[in-house]
Amino acid sequence: MNTSTTFGAVESAKARVLPLLMTGLLGVFIIAVSGFAQMDVVHNAGHDYRHSMAFPCH
Amino acid sequence: MSVFRNAVFLAAIAGLFAGIVMTGLQSFFTVPLILQAETYEAAAPAHDHGEGAAADHHHDEEAWAPADGAERTFYTALANIVTGIGFGLLLVAVSEIAGGITGWRQGLVWGFAGFAVFTLAPGLGLPPELPAMPAANLLARQVWWIATVGATAAGLALIAFRRSLPLAALGLALIVVPHVVGAPQPVSHETPVPADLHQRFVVTVTVTNLLFWAVLGAATGFIRTRFSGALGTPQNSLA
Repeated sequence: MNTSTTFGAVESAKARVLPLLMTGLLGVFIIAVSGFAQMDVVHNAGHDYRHSMAFPCH
Repeated sequence: MSVFRNAVFLAAIAGLFAGIVMTGLQSFFTVPLILQAETYEAAAPAHDHGEGAAADHHHDEEAWAPADGAERTFYTALANIVTGIGFGLLLVAVSEIAGGITGWRQGLVWGFAGFAVFTLAPGLGLPPELPAMPAANLLARQVWWIATVGATAAGLALIAFRRSLPLAALGLALIVVPHVVGAPQPVSHETPVPADLHQRFVVTVTVTNLLFWAVLGAATGFIRTRFSGALGTPQNSLA
């Protein structure tokens, strides 16, 4: 499946951009929920983590 | 779909690894300082969040919170791994669009860039806080944080990927502007937390984050070379 022929010359650079943008958006979404969401439960669970990552928390 | 699947796979492995390393570092270095600061929390003046939102802040005592000890550590580890993967996804997306990381050494450079964007730049205006420390309105700080991260990332990208003096100057300006504007500050910095405890915390958080980003970047670069066939051979040009 993952042979180099799948990509390389066959798949143009442009075809790569959309899935990569989706990848980036997924990352932003995950960081937003774990680092910024105000829900008490999420906040309490990630409390030490948020302080340790210097996210604006309290 | 394969590009997406491979990018997520790469980010997941690198993020999992970096998250586990980060949890170990935090358990030894930052969490003990947080626990120490919490002993001052009872003595803290009601958190003034700029807008008199003290009541808002108070973590709802009714809400679920992990029990101290193993459970708390477990959730910290979970948060580290999940966010490690989140940062990994972002790193893979941006570095792939820029042509792909060629190995662990170049990954290390990407990691330093991530550290500069996500820790160093926002940390200048909003140093890591301990519990029981006063801070400005949360929303205002989050807005400044996100704007600073975005401007710093854009600035670095202009400098690194556009071979143009005016654009490099613009990039530099983007990095500087958030600090000219300045981060939202609390009305008063008065806190029962001793200054030397906070100073140690700032240094510890900054250094552990540097290590987190170095591991995340190097792991991404290393793992990528293992299946470069799947993501395409790294190129030097922008995709």
